[in-house]
Amino acid sequence: MTAISDRTAASTKSTDSVSTDKPVPKPRPGALAATGRPTVRPPAAAHLSDEQVAELGRELDAIKDDILAKRGASDAAYIRRVIKIQRGLEIAGRAALLVSRNKAAWVTGTSLLSLAKILENMEIGHNILHGQWDWMRDPDIHSTTWEWDFVTPARSWQHTHNDLHHRWTNVVGKDNDVGYNLLRMDEDQPWTPRALGNPLYNAILAPIFEWGIAVYDLELVDYKEGRKSKEAMTRDLKALGVKALKQFTKDYAATPAVAMLTGSGKQALMGTLTANAVRNVWAHAVIFCGHFPEGTDTFTEEMVEGETRGDWYVRQMIGSANISGSKFMHIMTGNLSHQIEHHLFPDLPSNRYGEVAPKVQEICRRYGLPYTTGPLLKQVGSSWAKVFKLALPGKKA
Amino acid sequence: MIRLRKLARAASVLTTPLAPEDILALFDPVFSARQLRGVVTKVVPETADSATIHFRPGRGWKAHKAGQWARIGVELDGVRHWRSYSLSAPAGEDPAITVSDMGAVSGVLVRNTRPGDVLFLAPPQGDFVLPEHPRPLLMLTAGSGITPVMSMVRTLVPHRPDADVVLIHSARRPEDSIFREELSELADQFPNFRVTHWFTGEHGRMDFGSAAGLDSLCPDWRRRAAYACGPEGFLDDAEALWAAEAAAHPKDSKSARAEGATGPFAADPVNLIIERFNTSLLGGEGHDGGLVTFEASDREVEADGDTPLLDVGEDAGVLMPSGCRMGICHSCLLPLRAGQVRDLRTGEVHGEPGQLIQTCVSAAAGPVNLEI
Repeated sequence: MTAISDRTAASTKSTDSVSTDKPVPKPRPGALAATGRPTVRPPAAAHLSDEQVAELGRELDAIKDDILAKRGASDAAYIRRVIKIQRGLEIAGRAALLVSRNKAAWVTGTSLLSLAKILENMEIGHNILHGQWDWMRDPDIHSTTWEWDFVTPARSWQHTHNDLHHRWTNVVGKDNDVGYNLLRMDEDQPWTPRALGNPLYNAILAPIFEWGIAVYDLELVDYKEGRKSKEAMTRDLKALGVKALKQFTKDYAATPAVAMLTGSGKQALMGTLTANAVRNVWAHAVIFCGHFPEGTDTFTEEMVEGETRGDWYVRQMIGSANISGSKFMHIMTGNLSHQIEHHLFPDLPSNRYGEVAPKVQEICRRYGLPYTTGPLLKQVGSSWAKVFKLALPGKKA
Repeated sequence: MIRLRKLARAASVLTTPLAPEDILALFDPVFSARQLRGVVTKVVPETADSATIHFRPGRGWKAHKAGQWARIGVELDGVRHWRSYSLSAPAGEDPAITVSDMGAVSGVLVRNTRPGDVLFLAPPQGDFVLPEHPRPLLMLTAGSGITPVMSMVRTLVPHRPDADVVLIHSARRPEDSIFREELSELADQFPNFRVTHWFTGEHGRMDFGSAAGLDSLCPDWRRRAAYACGPEGFLDDAEALWAAEAAAHPKDSKSARAEGATGPFAADPVNLIIERFNTSLLGGEGHDGGLVTFEASDREVEADGDTPLLDVGEDAGVLMPSGCRMGICHSCLLPLRAGQVRDLRTGEVHGEPGQLIQTCVSAAAGPVNLEI
């Protein structure tokens, strides 16, 4: 139990509540080792000495400090502008769907609503829930109060994502994001005949991605194996039920019901269904590009034993992949196209990742570490290739 | 109101996970699902470094009583900061605060606030308010301490012919004296209101060392209910004078109380109501600080025994909740995980795991772990 960074710490508040009876302060839970090295350093970083890794850590800390010093009013204005635009798109999209008997209105409404949902989930929701904007101390834009237009309740997702995934990135057996308990996404995951369905499962998952994540966030495996209490399960199920009902009602009952006034009920329902599916397929694609394309590494538990901050940084960089593209594409991916930078600094405001990226890339080059990036289609193709390849048995390719 | 709430609930079916207010905020910034807000309607410069900011509060604001204060949230470089300011507008009118530039937050308020800006608000509060029944009053104010008293004067003097108010206001120079013209006009217009301006630049500090000084400014001060608002030293002096008078005339004081408010009675601390805007913190000697650990933020800082934990945290870059910074509003409460803290106001050392402590008036007494 070693790896935790101050960047993922925001989410550990609730999970690490160790009760202390004596007034003697305990060391902080899960702090990274100050010196030393992991039991095994990942192969891609095996050529680095402890001192080099420590120096790399200091360089990345400096990049972060530089952004923290600059962060201010313009960043606050940025997120507020994005939120305003998103809400405008959402209203316009829904309004158009109310008269979607007209074909042009249907296309406009469905497109705007898809766009609004993608923006809301990616650039706004994901990043606010990471605590990227907590520094503003604005209760309207805060990781503790935000709820998003996605089936899984924000609080459940924050636990599995901010805490587990970002702390244990790509550690097979610790980070369940490696295949989401559904797909075989790493050679170290044992092959069973079930894996033959990999491509099929993934194709079904894409258009209903939000429901897949909702089920995933329930942590059914942990519950079955006794690591999650019955009370916690009941609580999470209830939260999900309430949230799902609200989401379902909004898109599939209330909006079509109002549209029925203009005889557009059926069309509006098709519109919201399409918008949700478009958002799901997009989010699925972007997220699969984060850790599955060719060139990203996975890790064993030995590789995190005794990890220092520098080693933690190294693991984030070689375990993640970026997507190259236009500014618009970066925003539509919630800047998860800068997955490497996001994993290094999960709570820096997303609008700053683009500025950080060249510096990170330069560090990787200097230390001889891979920096995986490529255009969207190539990365999507690469992660799908892995889905197909690992459907079949076989060790390391 | 109830119908509105029902309507909002119905609308939220279409706006979930947002609240209808979040959508309305696109059109009018006072709307918010979580945070009381106000929109600045007018900014009136008062002196070279003070201004009155009028604002239109959103739903949830309750009308203020004369003399109350409100917490105001302002954004500095994208980060929201909260401070408490007295409301200077009379009761019954739209609220306004009068702010003197004394620090980063008040500086921004005085210099950069424009009509249309959004202020974040907490409802008005405070017990520094007018008495329930009419009584002769003495107001002692210094500097920006005039602000809550101005609200009282504006509320009382023009509307109550039976009011009897004496105001003694101390400022450095005439041009630093907030509301000077309006006060003079009120005094000219209403015989029941008397103002004495005391300029410390000319006469030095007002002397509360003996009753003589006050006797010359307001001979009947002992029979008046007194309100004082100003800097720490000013209030301490006033308190000492009232206490000394009470001690010198213990019997009178007792009989006075028996006779009730109408009879002549000696000065008595009971009749002095004070509004403090700073809390004097005990200076340190022999108080050991310790290692302060902000657990969830993963930060450790060595702190001395005199610096409030709030400052220690902020200096270390921890996102500390904060409010009044004087130990009254409890916005800065944080759970203690381990260790003990010293209350900087009382010197009391206390703390047990899980206890919520006020970080703005608590310093480390040995190693301390906080759950943030």
